[in-house]
Amino acid sequence: MEIGSLRVKTGLAEMLKGGVVMDVTNAEQAKIAADAGAVSVMALERVPADIRRDGGVARMADPTKIKGIMKAVSIPVMAKARIGHFAEAQILEALGVDFVDESEVLTPADEHYHIDKFAFKVPFVCGCRNLGEALRRIGEGAAMIRTKGEAGSGDIVEAVRHMRAVVGGIRELTQLRPEQMMAKAKELGAPYELVRWVAENGKLPVPNFSAGGIATPADASLMMQLGAESVFVGSGIFKSTDPPKRAEAIVKAVTYYQDADKLAVLSAGLGDAMRGLEVSKLKEEELLQTRGW
Amino acid sequence: MTKPVSIGVLALQGDCAAHAKAFGALGCDVREIRRPAEIAESDGLVIPGGETTTLIKLLRAEGFWDVLIRAPGTGRPIFGTCAGLILLAKKVVDPVQESLGLLPVVVRRNAYGRQVDSFVVPGQVRMPGGGELKETEFVFIRAPRIDAVGPSVEVLARHEDAPVLVRSGWVLGASFHPELTTDGIVAGLFVALVEEAREVRPGGNGGNR
Repeated sequence: MEIGSLRVKTGLAEMLKGGVVMDVTNAEQAKIAADAGAVSVMALERVPADIRRDGGVARMADPTKIKGIMKAVSIPVMAKARIGHFAEAQILEALGVDFVDESEVLTPADEHYHIDKFAFKVPFVCGCRNLGEALRRIGEGAAMIRTKGEAGSGDIVEAVRHMRAVVGGIRELTQLRPEQMMAKAKELGAPYELVRWVAENGKLPVPNFSAGGIATPADASLMMQLGAESVFVGSGIFKSTDPPKRAEAIVKAVTYYQDADKLAVLSAGLGDAMRGLEVSKLKEEELLQTRGW
Repeated sequence: MTKPVSIGVLALQGDCAAHAKAFGALGCDVREIRRPAEIAESDGLVIPGGETTTLIKLLRAEGFWDVLIRAPGTGRPIFGTCAGLILLAKKVVDPVQESLGLLPVVVRRNAYGRQVDSFVVPGQVRMPGGGELKETEFVFIRAPRIDAVGPSVEVLARHEDAPVLVRSGWVLGASFHPELTTDGIVAGLFVALVEEAREVRPGGNGGNR
Protein backbone atom coordinates (compact mmCIF):
# COMPACT_ATOMS: atom_id res chain seq x y z
CA MET A 1 0.00 0.00 0.00
CA GLU A 2 1.26 3.47 -0.94
CA ILE A 3 1.03 6.00 1.94
CA GLY A 4 2.56 9.47 2.22
CA SER A 5 3.86 9.45 -1.38
CA LEU A 6 4.04 12.70 -3.31
CA ARG A 7 0.98 11.56 -5.32
CA VAL A 8 -1.06 11.06 -2.16
CA LYS A 9 0.16 14.39 -0.78
CA THR A 10 -0.47 16.48 -3.91
CA GLY A 11 -3.81 14.65 -4.22
CA LEU A 12 -5.18 16.63 -1.29
CA ALA A 13 -3.72 19.85 -2.71
CA GLU A 14 -5.64 19.11 -5.97
CA MET A 15 -8.88 18.84 -3.97
CA LEU A 16 -8.29 22.27 -2.43
CA LYS A 17 -8.04 24.01 -5.80
CA GLY A 18 -10.47 26.82 -6.49
CA GLY A 19 -10.99 27.31 -2.78
CA VAL A 20 -10.06 29.51 0.15
CA VAL A 21 -7.92 28.44 3.12
CA MET A 22 -8.68 30.66 6.11
CA ASP A 23 -6.56 31.43 9.19
CA VAL A 24 -8.41 30.72 12.44
CA THR A 25 -7.32 30.94 16.06
CA ASN A 26 -10.09 28.95 17.76
CA ALA A 27 -12.93 26.48 17.16
CA GLU A 28 -15.54 29.22 16.92
CA GLN A 29 -13.69 30.97 14.10
CA ALA A 30 -13.14 27.60 12.41
CA LYS A 31 -16.91 27.02 12.34
CA ILE A 32 -17.52 30.49 10.91
CA ALA A 33 -14.93 29.77 8.20
CA ALA A 34 -16.38 26.34 7.35
CA ASP A 35 -19.94 27.71 7.25
CA ALA A 36 -18.76 30.44 4.89
CA GLY A 37 -17.41 27.78 2.51
CA ALA A 38 -13.68 27.60 3.33
CA VAL A 39 -12.03 24.48 1.83
CA SER A 40 -9.66 24.28 4.78
CA VAL A 41 -8.67 26.19 7.89
CA MET A 42 -5.19 27.06 9.14
CA ALA A 43 -4.93 26.68 12.90
CA LEU A 44 -2.66 29.20 14.59
CA GLU A 45 -2.18 31.00 17.89
CA ARG A 46 -2.45 34.52 16.50
CA VAL A 47 -3.25 35.80 13.01
CA PRO A 48 -0.24 37.38 11.23
CA ALA A 49 -1.45 40.97 11.86
CA ASP A 50 -1.37 40.28 15.63
CA ILE A 51 1.99 38.51 15.44
CA ARG A 52 3.32 41.61 13.74
CA ARG A 53 1.77 43.93 16.32
CA ASP A 54 2.71 41.91 19.43
CA GLY A 55 6.23 40.90 18.46
CA GLY A 56 8.01 38.16 20.42
CA VAL A 57 8.72 34.62 19.22
CA ALA A 58 5.86 33.10 17.21
CA ARG A 59 5.63 29.29 17.54
CA MET A 60 3.42 26.34 16.59
CA ALA A 61 -0.06 26.61 18.15
CA ASP A 62 -1.00 24.76 21.35
CA PRO A 63 -2.12 21.19 20.49
CA THR A 64 -5.26 21.69 22.62
CA LYS A 65 -6.27 24.50 20.32
CA ILE A 66 -5.45 22.52 17.18
CA LYS A 67 -7.41 19.49 18.40
CA GLY A 68 -10.36 21.71 19.27
CA ILE A 69 -10.37 23.10 15.74
CA MET A 70 -10.04 19.61 14.20
CA LYS A 71 -13.04 18.50 16.23
CA ALA A 72 -15.12 21.54 15.32
CA VAL A 73 -15.01 21.17 11.52
CA SER A 74 -15.16 18.37 8.90
CA ILE A 75 -12.90 20.15 6.39
CA PRO A 76 -9.10 19.61 6.33
CA VAL A 77 -7.13 21.39 9.03
CA MET A 78 -3.67 22.86 8.43
CA ALA A 79 -1.24 24.14 11.05
CA LYS A 80 2.00 26.09 10.95
CA ALA A 81 5.45 24.95 12.01
CA ARG A 82 8.49 27.22 12.20
CA ILE A 83 10.93 27.08 9.27
CA GLY A 84 13.35 24.22 9.94
CA HIS A 85 11.56 23.12 13.14
CA PHE A 86 11.04 19.48 12.27
CA ALA A 87 10.08 18.60 15.85
CA GLU A 88 7.08 20.92 15.65
CA ALA A 89 6.20 19.27 12.33
CA GLN A 90 6.49 15.81 13.91
CA ILE A 91 4.06 16.89 16.63
CA LEU A 92 1.62 18.28 14.07
CA GLU A 93 1.79 15.00 12.13
CA ALA A 94 1.15 13.05 15.35
CA LEU A 95 -1.92 15.24 15.99
CA GLY A 96 -3.22 14.21 12.55
CA VAL A 97 -3.36 17.64 10.91
CA ASP A 98 -3.96 17.39 7.16
CA PHE A 99 -1.28 19.85 5.96
CA VAL A 100 1.73 21.46 7.65
CA ASP A 101 2.64 25.00 6.61
CA GLU A 102 6.38 25.53 7.09
CA SER A 103 5.79 29.21 7.50
CA GLU A 104 7.74 32.46 7.51
CA VAL A 105 4.90 33.93 9.60
CA LEU A 106 6.37 32.11 12.60
CA THR A 107 9.87 32.89 13.88
CA PRO A 108 12.38 30.70 11.99
CA ALA A 109 14.04 27.92 13.99
CA ASP A 110 16.86 27.33 11.52
CA GLU A 111 18.58 29.98 9.40
CA HIS A 112 20.21 27.46 7.09
CA TYR A 113 17.95 24.49 6.52
CA HIS A 114 14.28 23.95 5.83
CA ILE A 115 12.55 20.73 6.92
CA ASP A 116 13.16 17.48 4.97
CA LYS A 117 9.56 17.09 3.95
CA PHE A 118 10.04 13.67 2.33
CA ALA A 119 10.52 12.28 5.84
CA PHE A 120 6.84 12.90 6.63
CA LYS A 121 3.49 11.28 5.73
CA VAL A 122 1.72 14.60 6.19
CA PRO A 123 1.97 16.94 3.18
CA PHE A 124 3.67 20.34 3.46
CA VAL A 125 2.93 23.71 1.96
CA CYS A 126 5.79 26.23 1.78
CA GLY A 127 6.04 29.87 0.85
CA CYS A 128 8.11 31.36 -1.96
CA ARG A 129 8.90 34.72 -3.52
CA ASN A 130 10.14 33.47 -6.87
CA LEU A 131 10.57 30.35 -9.00
CA GLY A 132 13.94 29.34 -7.55
CA GLU A 133 12.59 29.37 -4.01
CA ALA A 134 9.50 27.42 -5.11
CA LEU A 135 11.63 24.72 -6.76
CA ARG A 136 13.95 24.44 -3.75
CA ARG A 137 10.95 23.77 -1.51
CA ILE A 138 9.51 21.25 -3.99
CA GLY A 139 12.97 19.67 -4.13
CA GLU A 140 12.72 19.20 -0.35
CA GLY A 141 9.31 17.52 -0.73
CA ALA A 142 6.70 20.30 -0.51
CA ALA A 143 3.35 19.14 -1.97
CA MET A 144 1.98 22.63 -2.41
CA ILE A 145 3.51 26.06 -2.93
CA ARG A 146 2.06 29.38 -1.91
CA THR A 147 3.55 32.67 -2.91
CA LYS A 148 4.41 34.51 0.31
CA GLY A 149 3.19 38.03 -0.22
CA GLU A 150 3.55 39.97 3.03
CA ALA A 151 1.50 38.25 5.74
CA GLY A 152 -0.55 40.41 8.08
CA SER A 153 -0.20 43.51 5.91
CA GLY A 154 -3.53 43.53 4.09
CA ASP A 155 -1.53 45.01 1.20
CA ILE A 156 -1.72 42.92 -1.97
CA VAL A 157 1.38 44.42 -3.61
CA GLU A 158 3.84 41.72 -2.45
CA ALA A 159 1.48 38.85 -3.31
CA VAL A 160 1.29 40.29 -6.83
CA ARG A 161 5.06 40.71 -7.04
CA HIS A 162 5.70 37.11 -5.99
CA MET A 163 3.03 35.55 -8.21
CA ARG A 164 4.29 37.52 -11.21
CA ALA A 165 7.84 36.40 -10.41
CA VAL A 166 6.84 32.72 -10.29
CA VAL A 167 4.59 32.77 -13.35
CA GLY A 168 7.06 34.93 -15.30
CA GLY A 169 9.89 32.61 -14.30
CA ILE A 170 7.96 29.61 -15.56
CA ARG A 171 7.20 31.33 -18.86
CA GLU A 172 10.87 32.16 -19.29
CA LEU A 173 11.89 28.54 -18.72
CA THR A 174 9.58 27.30 -21.47
CA GLN A 175 11.52 29.47 -23.96
CA LEU A 176 14.94 27.99 -23.17
CA ARG A 177 16.87 25.53 -25.30
CA PRO A 178 18.08 22.30 -23.64
CA GLU A 179 21.71 23.45 -23.39
CA GLN A 180 20.62 26.50 -21.37
CA MET A 181 18.89 24.49 -18.63
CA MET A 182 21.87 23.72 -16.42
CA ALA A 183 23.07 27.32 -16.34
CA LYS A 184 19.52 28.37 -15.51
CA ALA A 185 19.29 25.79 -12.72
CA LYS A 186 22.51 27.22 -11.29
CA GLU A 187 21.19 30.77 -11.52
CA LEU A 188 17.86 29.84 -9.86
CA GLY A 189 19.56 27.69 -7.23
CA ALA A 190 17.03 25.02 -8.12
CA PRO A 191 17.29 21.26 -8.82
CA TYR A 192 18.09 20.61 -12.50
CA GLU A 193 15.44 17.89 -12.91
CA LEU A 194 12.73 20.23 -11.66
CA VAL A 195 13.92 23.01 -13.96
CA ARG A 196 13.62 20.57 -16.89
CA TRP A 197 10.18 19.44 -15.75
CA VAL A 198 8.85 22.99 -15.48
CA ALA A 199 10.35 23.93 -18.87
CA GLU A 200 8.57 20.97 -20.50
CA ASN A 201 5.23 21.32 -18.72
CA GLY A 202 4.90 25.10 -18.34
CA LYS A 203 3.72 24.85 -14.73
CA LEU A 204 4.90 23.82 -11.28
CA PRO A 205 4.73 20.08 -10.50
CA VAL A 206 2.55 20.85 -7.44
CA PRO A 207 -0.42 23.21 -7.02
CA ASN A 208 0.44 26.90 -6.68
CA PHE A 209 -1.66 29.00 -4.30
CA SER A 210 -1.43 32.65 -3.25
CA ALA A 211 -1.07 34.14 0.25
CA GLY A 212 -0.02 37.24 2.14
CA GLY A 213 -2.18 40.34 1.77
CA ILE A 214 -5.56 39.21 0.40
CA ALA A 215 -8.29 41.28 2.06
CA THR A 216 -11.10 41.66 -0.49
CA PRO A 217 -12.96 39.65 -3.18
CA ALA A 218 -11.18 41.81 -5.76
CA ASP A 219 -7.79 40.84 -4.28
CA ALA A 220 -8.76 37.16 -4.59
CA SER A 221 -9.86 37.65 -8.20
CA LEU A 222 -6.62 39.48 -9.01
CA MET A 223 -4.47 36.63 -7.67
CA MET A 224 -6.53 33.98 -9.48
CA GLN A 225 -6.25 35.92 -12.75
CA LEU A 226 -2.48 36.18 -12.25
CA GLY A 227 -2.24 32.38 -12.00
CA ALA A 228 -3.05 31.29 -8.43
CA GLU A 229 -5.02 28.05 -8.16
CA SER A 230 -6.49 28.92 -4.71
CA VAL A 231 -5.93 31.56 -2.07
CA PHE A 232 -4.98 31.69 1.61
CA VAL A 233 -6.58 34.48 3.61
CA GLY A 234 -4.92 35.16 6.93
CA SER A 235 -5.77 38.30 8.85
CA GLY A 236 -8.06 39.54 6.07
CA ILE A 237 -11.18 37.82 7.38
CA PHE A 238 -11.11 37.97 11.16
CA LYS A 239 -9.56 41.47 11.22
CA SER A 240 -12.48 42.83 9.17
CA THR A 241 -15.72 44.15 10.67
CA ASP A 242 -17.99 41.39 9.28
CA PRO A 243 -15.99 38.13 9.02
CA PRO A 244 -18.78 35.69 7.93
CA LYS A 245 -19.96 37.95 5.12
CA ARG A 246 -16.46 38.79 3.89
CA ALA A 247 -15.40 35.13 4.08
CA GLU A 248 -18.34 34.00 1.97
CA ALA A 249 -17.77 36.78 -0.57
CA ILE A 250 -14.10 35.77 -0.98
CA VAL A 251 -15.11 32.10 -1.43
CA LYS A 252 -17.45 33.06 -4.26
CA ALA A 253 -14.91 35.48 -5.73
CA VAL A 254 -12.42 32.61 -6.15
CA THR A 255 -14.95 30.54 -8.12
CA TYR A 256 -16.19 33.48 -10.22
CA TYR A 257 -12.86 35.30 -10.44
CA GLN A 258 -13.35 36.04 -14.14
CA ASP A 259 -16.89 37.39 -13.81
CA ALA A 260 -16.71 41.13 -13.10
CA ASP A 261 -20.51 41.53 -12.89
CA LYS A 262 -20.66 38.95 -10.14
CA LEU A 263 -17.62 40.40 -8.39
CA ALA A 264 -19.30 43.81 -8.35
CA VAL A 265 -22.21 42.32 -6.41
CA LEU A 266 -19.95 40.26 -4.12
CA SER A 267 -17.78 43.25 -3.25
CA ALA A 268 -20.66 45.43 -2.09
CA GLY A 269 -21.64 46.13 1.52
CA LEU A 270 -19.03 43.98 3.24
CA GLY A 271 -18.22 46.50 5.98
CA ASP A 272 -14.65 47.62 6.57
CA ALA A 273 -11.74 45.49 5.37
CA MET A 274 -8.77 45.07 7.70
CA ARG A 275 -7.00 48.38 8.09
CA GLY A 276 -3.66 47.03 6.96
CA LEU A 277 -0.13 48.32 6.65
CA GLU A 278 1.40 49.72 3.51
CA VAL A 279 4.33 47.38 2.83
CA SER A 280 6.52 50.10 1.26
CA LYS A 281 6.44 51.92 4.63
CA LEU A 282 7.68 48.87 6.55
CA LYS A 283 11.33 48.59 7.53
CA GLU A 284 13.39 45.78 6.05
CA GLU A 285 13.60 43.98 9.42
CA GLU A 286 9.80 44.12 9.79
CA LEU A 287 9.23 42.02 6.68
CA LEU A 288 8.19 38.39 7.13
CA GLN A 289 8.75 37.39 3.49
CA THR A 290 12.55 37.51 3.77
CA ARG A 291 12.53 34.62 6.24
CA GLY A 292 13.61 31.37 4.55
CA TRP A 293 15.71 31.29 1.42
CA MET B 1 -18.42 10.10 -37.96
CA THR B 2 -19.90 10.31 -34.48
CA LYS B 3 -19.43 13.58 -32.68
CA PRO B 4 -17.24 13.19 -29.54
CA VAL B 5 -19.25 13.29 -26.34
CA SER B 6 -19.16 16.53 -24.42
CA ILE B 7 -18.35 16.24 -20.73
CA GLY B 8 -19.24 19.12 -18.46
CA VAL B 9 -17.03 19.28 -15.38
CA LEU B 10 -18.50 21.22 -12.50
CA ALA B 11 -15.86 23.91 -11.89
CA LEU B 12 -17.08 25.54 -8.69
CA GLN B 13 -14.28 24.12 -6.52
CA GLY B 14 -12.08 21.02 -6.48
CA ASP B 15 -9.97 18.93 -8.81
CA CYS B 16 -11.83 19.78 -12.02
CA ALA B 17 -8.48 20.27 -13.80
CA ALA B 18 -7.57 16.60 -13.20
CA HIS B 19 -10.94 15.46 -14.57
CA ALA B 20 -10.67 17.77 -17.57
CA LYS B 21 -7.27 16.26 -18.36
CA ALA B 22 -8.53 12.68 -17.98
CA PHE B 23 -11.56 13.17 -20.26
CA GLY B 24 -9.58 15.32 -22.68
CA ALA B 25 -7.11 12.44 -23.08
CA LEU B 26 -10.02 10.23 -24.24
CA GLY B 27 -10.94 12.73 -26.96
CA CYS B 28 -13.97 14.18 -25.19
CA ASP B 29 -15.10 17.75 -25.68
CA VAL B 30 -14.57 19.02 -22.09
CA ARG B 31 -16.34 22.10 -20.76
CA GLU B 32 -16.05 23.77 -17.37
CA ILE B 33 -19.45 24.43 -15.84
CA ARG B 34 -19.98 27.44 -13.59
CA ARG B 35 -23.66 28.18 -14.35
CA PRO B 36 -26.72 25.90 -14.24
CA ALA B 37 -27.72 26.84 -17.81
CA GLU B 38 -24.46 25.32 -19.11
CA ILE B 39 -25.56 21.83 -18.04
CA ALA B 40 -27.90 21.45 -21.01
CA GLU B 41 -24.91 21.90 -23.37
CA SER B 42 -23.17 18.72 -22.14
CA ASP B 43 -23.88 15.04 -22.76
CA GLY B 44 -22.57 14.02 -19.35
CA LEU B 45 -21.60 15.72 -16.11
CA VAL B 46 -18.80 15.28 -13.61
CA ILE B 47 -18.85 16.42 -9.98
CA PRO B 48 -15.17 16.40 -8.99
CA GLY B 49 -13.40 15.84 -5.69
CA GLY B 50 -13.25 18.84 -3.39
CA GLU B 51 -14.90 19.91 -0.18
CA THR B 52 -18.61 19.11 0.06
CA THR B 53 -19.36 21.92 2.52
CA THR B 54 -17.97 24.43 0.01
CA LEU B 55 -19.68 22.77 -2.94
CA ILE B 56 -23.11 22.61 -1.25
CA LYS B 57 -22.87 26.29 -0.42
CA LEU B 58 -22.04 27.23 -4.04
CA LEU B 59 -24.53 24.79 -5.61
CA ARG B 60 -27.33 26.25 -3.48
CA ALA B 61 -26.34 29.88 -4.01
CA GLU B 62 -26.06 29.52 -7.78
CA GLY B 63 -29.29 27.56 -8.35
CA PHE B 64 -27.64 24.28 -9.39
CA TRP B 65 -29.46 22.01 -6.96
CA ASP B 66 -32.70 21.21 -8.82
CA VAL B 67 -31.06 21.32 -12.24
CA LEU B 68 -28.59 18.63 -11.20
CA ILE B 69 -31.33 16.47 -9.68
CA ARG B 70 -33.18 16.54 -13.02
CA ALA B 71 -30.10 15.89 -15.19
CA PRO B 72 -30.03 12.04 -15.22
CA GLY B 73 -33.76 12.01 -16.06
CA THR B 74 -33.02 14.06 -19.18
CA GLY B 75 -30.50 11.47 -20.34
CA ARG B 76 -27.39 13.19 -18.98
CA PRO B 77 -25.36 10.80 -16.84
CA ILE B 78 -23.58 12.16 -13.77
CA PHE B 79 -20.28 10.88 -12.36
CA GLY B 80 -19.14 11.93 -8.89
CA THR B 81 -15.77 11.18 -7.30
CA CYS B 82 -15.16 11.46 -3.55
CA ALA B 83 -16.91 14.76 -2.70
CA GLY B 84 -18.98 14.19 -5.86
CA LEU B 85 -20.07 10.76 -4.58
CA ILE B 86 -21.08 12.32 -1.25
CA LEU B 87 -23.20 14.90 -3.07
CA LEU B 88 -24.89 12.22 -5.21
CA ALA B 89 -25.70 9.89 -2.27
CA LYS B 90 -29.18 9.28 -0.92
CA LYS B 91 -27.89 9.58 2.64
CA VAL B 92 -24.75 11.08 4.18
CA VAL B 93 -23.53 10.44 7.73
CA ASP B 94 -20.66 11.69 9.94
CA PRO B 95 -21.78 14.40 9.88
CA VAL B 96 -25.29 14.19 8.45
CA GLN B 97 -25.59 16.67 5.58
CA GLU B 98 -27.87 17.37 2.66
CA SER B 99 -27.24 15.69 -0.69
CA LEU B 100 -28.80 15.39 -4.14
CA GLY B 101 -30.13 11.88 -3.45
CA LEU B 102 -29.51 10.55 -6.99
CA LEU B 103 -27.56 7.43 -5.99
CA PRO B 104 -29.20 4.96 -3.55
CA VAL B 105 -26.20 4.55 -1.25
CA VAL B 106 -25.31 5.52 2.31
CA VAL B 107 -21.97 7.33 2.49
CA ARG B 108 -19.86 7.96 5.58
CA ARG B 109 -17.60 11.01 5.25
CA ASN B 110 -13.85 10.77 5.93
CA ALA B 111 -14.37 7.15 7.01
CA TYR B 112 -10.91 6.12 5.77
CA GLY B 113 -9.30 8.69 8.08
CA ARG B 114 -7.54 12.00 7.75
CA GLN B 115 -4.87 12.94 5.19
CA VAL B 116 -2.08 11.04 6.99
CA ASP B 117 -4.17 7.87 6.36
CA SER B 118 -4.72 8.57 2.63
CA PHE B 119 -3.41 5.79 0.39
CA VAL B 120 -3.15 4.18 -3.06
CA VAL B 121 -3.79 0.45 -3.67
CA PRO B 122 -4.06 -1.70 -6.79
CA GLY B 123 -7.65 -2.68 -7.61
CA GLN B 124 -9.98 -4.12 -10.20
CA VAL B 125 -12.99 -2.56 -11.91
CA ARG B 126 -15.83 -4.54 -13.53
CA MET B 127 -17.31 -2.97 -16.64
CA PRO B 128 -21.11 -2.42 -16.26
CA GLY B 129 -23.51 -5.28 -17.03
CA GLY B 130 -21.10 -7.95 -15.77
CA GLY B 131 -18.44 -7.03 -18.32
CA GLU B 132 -14.68 -7.37 -18.38
CA LEU B 133 -12.54 -6.99 -15.25
CA LYS B 134 -9.77 -4.38 -15.59
CA GLU B 135 -6.74 -3.67 -13.41
CA THR B 136 -6.33 -0.14 -12.09
CA GLU B 137 -5.34 1.77 -8.96
CA PHE B 138 -7.54 3.27 -6.26
CA VAL B 139 -6.33 6.63 -4.93
CA PHE B 140 -8.08 7.40 -1.64
CA ILE B 141 -7.73 10.96 -0.29
CA ARG B 142 -9.57 11.55 3.03
CA ALA B 143 -12.07 9.26 1.39
CA PRO B 144 -15.74 8.61 2.21
CA ARG B 145 -16.90 4.98 2.59
CA ILE B 146 -20.00 3.49 1.02
CA ASP B 147 -21.70 1.81 3.99
CA ALA B 148 -24.80 0.43 2.24
CA VAL B 149 -26.23 0.19 -1.30
CA GLY B 150 -29.84 -0.07 -2.52
CA PRO B 151 -31.14 -2.98 -4.68
CA SER B 152 -30.80 -1.05 -7.97
CA VAL B 153 -27.09 -0.46 -7.40
CA GLU B 154 -24.48 -2.34 -9.41
CA VAL B 155 -21.18 -2.59 -7.51
CA LEU B 156 -18.34 -2.28 -10.06
CA ALA B 157 -15.40 -2.30 -7.65
CA ARG B 158 -14.64 -3.06 -4.02
CA HIS B 159 -11.78 -2.39 -1.65
CA GLU B 160 -11.74 -4.89 1.21
CA ASP B 161 -15.43 -5.17 2.17
CA ALA B 162 -16.69 -1.83 0.94
CA PRO B 163 -18.00 -0.93 -2.53
CA VAL B 164 -15.83 1.84 -4.03
CA LEU B 165 -17.33 2.25 -7.52
CA VAL B 166 -21.11 1.98 -7.96
CA ARG B 167 -23.65 2.58 -10.66
CA SER B 168 -27.39 3.01 -10.63
CA GLY B 169 -29.02 3.94 -13.94
CA TRP B 170 -27.25 7.00 -15.34
CA VAL B 171 -25.45 7.79 -12.11
CA LEU B 172 -21.90 6.64 -11.33
CA GLY B 173 -20.04 7.26 -8.08
CA ALA B 174 -16.51 6.49 -6.83
CA SER B 175 -15.16 6.91 -3.30
CA PHE B 176 -11.64 7.05 -4.79
CA HIS B 177 -10.09 9.37 -7.39
CA PRO B 178 -9.72 7.69 -10.80
CA GLU B 179 -8.83 11.13 -12.21
CA LEU B 180 -5.52 10.95 -10.30
CA THR B 181 -4.38 7.83 -12.18
CA THR B 182 -3.42 7.93 -15.82
CA ASP B 183 -4.99 4.69 -17.14
CA GLY B 184 -8.35 6.30 -18.03
CA ILE B 185 -10.26 3.10 -17.21
CA VAL B 186 -13.03 4.59 -15.08
CA ALA B 187 -13.26 7.72 -17.25
CA GLY B 188 -13.65 5.39 -20.27
CA LEU B 189 -16.39 3.49 -18.47
CA PHE B 190 -18.26 6.76 -17.88
CA VAL B 191 -17.81 7.88 -21.49
CA ALA B 192 -19.40 4.58 -22.60
CA LEU B 193 -22.39 5.31 -20.34
CA VAL B 194 -22.68 8.83 -21.74
CA GLU B 195 -22.59 7.49 -25.32
CA GLU B 196 -25.30 4.96 -24.46
CA ALA B 197 -27.46 7.66 -22.85
CA ARG B 198 -27.01 9.96 -25.83
CA GLU B 199 -28.28 7.23 -28.16
CA VAL B 200 -31.56 7.00 -26.29
CA ARG B 201 -31.92 10.66 -25.33
CA PRO B 202 -34.58 12.50 -27.39
CA GLY B 203 -32.64 14.62 -29.88
CA GLY B 204 -29.48 13.44 -28.20
CA ASN B 205 -27.34 12.15 -31.02
CA GLY B 206 -26.73 15.10 -33.30
CA GLY B 207 -23.54 13.65 -34.73
CA ASN B 208 -24.41 10.83 -37.11
CA ARG B 209 -28.02 11.38 -38.10
